[in-house]
Amino acid sequence: MSAPALNAPKTARSGGRTNYEMWSWIFMRVSGIVLVFLVLGHLLIMNVLDGGVQRINFAFVAGRWSSPFWQVWDLLQLWLAMIHGANGLRTIINDYSERDQTRFWLKAALMVATVFTIALGTLVIFTFDPNIS
Amino acid sequence: MAATVPEQITRLQVTFKIARFIPETDEEPHYEEYTVEALPTDRVLTVLQKIKDEVDGTLTFRRSCAHGICGSDAMRINGRNRLACKTLIKDLNIKKPVVVEAIKGLPLEKDLVVDMEPFFQAYRDVMPFLISEGHDPTKERLQTIEDRAVFDDTTKCILCACCTTSCPVFWSDGQYFGPQAIVGAHRFIFDSRDAGTDVRLDILNSKEGVWRCRTTFNCTDACPRGIEVTKAIQEVKRALMFRRD
Ligand code: SF4
Ligand code: SF4
Ligand code: FES
Repeated sequence: MSAPALNAPKTARSGGRTNYEMWSWIFMRVSGIVLVFLVLGHLLIMNVLDGGVQRINFAFVAGRWSSPFWQVWDLLQLWLAMIHGANGLRTIINDYSERDQTRFWLKAALMVATVFTIALGTLVIFTFDPNIS
Repeated sequence: MAATVPEQITRLQVTFKIARFIPETDEEPHYEEYTVEALPTDRVLTVLQKIKDEVDGTLTFRRSCAHGICGSDAMRINGRNRLACKTLIKDLNIKKPVVVEAIKGLPLEKDLVVDMEPFFQAYRDVMPFLISEGHDPTKERLQTIEDRAVFDDTTKCILCACCTTSCPVFWSDGQYFGPQAIVGAHRFIFDSRDAGTDVRLDILNSKEGVWRCRTTFNCTDACPRGIEVTKAIQEVKRALMFRRD
């Protein structure tokens, strides 16, 4: 009996070291931690502190978005949550869709929905007009 | 202290519910029940052998050493991946039939036997052998006790596949290297005598490499050698994140 012949080993898929999967993995951990603070802070401010959800109206939102601080907060929250969620769904689609066709179309739909939501949200945060009637 | 002799030996009737699959006649595995007499200290493997010898000679399973070292009799016993030769009857609930099935995620060949080739291929792919640099030394390649301790845990692997076939990522994506291959790579990546670290890290950095692991610890729970599999995987991830390019 002889030992089985060794095939040439799998080579790393990417020629250079692009490390895409690694960065996506690190992004998930980091954005996850940042989101915990952003989202909990957001919920606290919007729903609990000083009057809570009762005081939210057009003027309140307009007032918040006139400050660059809240603009940045909301922008960060939007981008991180969307990319974090989309990347998670991408992995789930990769795991569970069996046919190449299904996988492609699911990912395409995910991509469109994500880009659309991020673009729309960003547009609103930056072009919000408090004097709209 | 004098050894205590059991007053009487309890003989039990145990029922095994085994997933049978005969490729020539069956489309799908089906369950069959067998009741035989056994001792509480018998192992599942002994009972399977008894069923084969006394009830149904067509029952097919792999075994070799019967002492937990060859890694050939991994199977799903009451839903958990274990070695049949390391699982005692007294540790199972025998009020209900003991369910024995083939390990999942590898092609089923017959009854409890699966095709291990994809599993072994993943192991070969991480190059589980010493890669050296420069001239071969004229004496042993020495190593300190501390350097040896770094990868001690992963040297214990017996290639039984309990881990890989309990991994949900492997079930849904057979291309994933699987925990065992990462354990096998870990054993050389962290070996101070080995010069192939970068190559192996590159292999495990690929799309089907360590980043697919979801840290669910199924593999660690399943390993009959008690290897901290998930920890080894995390160590490889860390090595990838902090390596010098
Ligand atoms: S910890 Fe990772 S390798 Fe282990 S079973 Fe879970 S996903 Fe698979
Ligand atoms: S790591 Fe443990 S469970 Fe996995 S193949 Fe090796 S001995 Fe078996
Ligand atoms: S028969 Fe060898 S490990 Fe069980």
